[in-house]
Amino acid sequence: MPGLKTAWKEYLEESMLPHMWCPGCGNGIALGALTRALAELKLPRHKVVVVTGIGCWGKADDYLSTNALHGTHGRALAFATGVKAARPELTVVVLMGDGDGATIGGNHLIHAARRNIDLTAVVVNNYNYGMTGGQVSATTPAGAITSTTRYGNPERDFDLCRLVEAAGANYVARGTVYHVPQLDRLIRDGIAKKGFSFIEVVSPCPTHFGRRNRLGPAVQMMKLLKERAVHVGSAAAKGGELPEGSFFIGKLAERDDPDFNTSYEKMRKKALAKGTESS
Amino acid sequence: MCQIKIDPKRCKHCGICIAFCPQEVFGADCRGAPVVERAEKCTACGLCVMRCPDFALEVGEKGK
Repeated sequence: MPGLKTAWKEYLEESMLPHMWCPGCGNGIALGALTRALAELKLPRHKVVVVTGIGCWGKADDYLSTNALHGTHGRALAFATGVKAARPELTVVVLMGDGDGATIGGNHLIHAARRNIDLTAVVVNNYNYGMTGGQVSATTPAGAITSTTRYGNPERDFDLCRLVEAAGANYVARGTVYHVPQLDRLIRDGIAKKGFSFIEVVSPCPTHFGRRNRLGPAVQMMKLLKERAVHVGSAAAKGGELPEGSFFIGKLAERDDPDFNTSYEKMRKKALAKGTESS
Repeated sequence: MCQIKIDPKRCKHCGICIAFCPQEVFGADCRGAPVVERAEKCTACGLCVMRCPDFALEVGEKGK
């Protein structure tokens, strides 16, 4: 068994590299964090299913050597729910972008969290629909320029972590592609946690969102992540209000409610017992 | 002293390794591609490997 320093490469389909993502896109960093989390948990590749939808981050399954299910736009969580319900012994990781997972597939997101099904959703949030030309999504901040909000976004954005926490997920965390060692840990803990786990990964899209909002090239956008992220346990976080544009990173919520498969099994046993009684 | 390998086929010249190496090990060539300029300062912390979006970097262990 190789050490952790190289074990993560087992999960990476290196023959597919170089990948399709733009220079400075954070998707590659998030993919690296996911492979390191899988390696740290020593999960056999054939016991892991990565489910994706459509979008830049939805292409991540092409670069992974685990099982993969590439579904339709916004429906990755619906497919993943089916996989987990039928084969509870598998580890199911769902990769979605903010357009795929929170805008087109927003309803699946809240209901997967409400059901508390044992999946891990890793949502890379780059604040727009990157693949199709940088259109506005449900996480585009108010006032931001996208290809469909040329004079600024008139709508407010979702705080995905608060949404998913309120919907009932067992584990909710936010990281960035700048804070990589922490991101590895958050994904690892999310996968290890029973019930619905949600990890939002804030990531730069220098090609569309960065260019239109004059945020500079990838390096500049990474510096912004460094400046704007506030660790949830830090003194600044406890001090009160967050400055405009800043956001919390770290583990934001954790509970131990029963997951869907456990509750379903209980119900099934009850129904079976009732069936034997009456016959 | 660490062995630092840059894969030119994978590197897309984003400049992240150059900007965020805590020891400023990397410099840039005329096209913006990273070059190892101060290998003796590398502590093998691995941050450049983790932050490289293109899986283009490899860093050996300290002293190797």
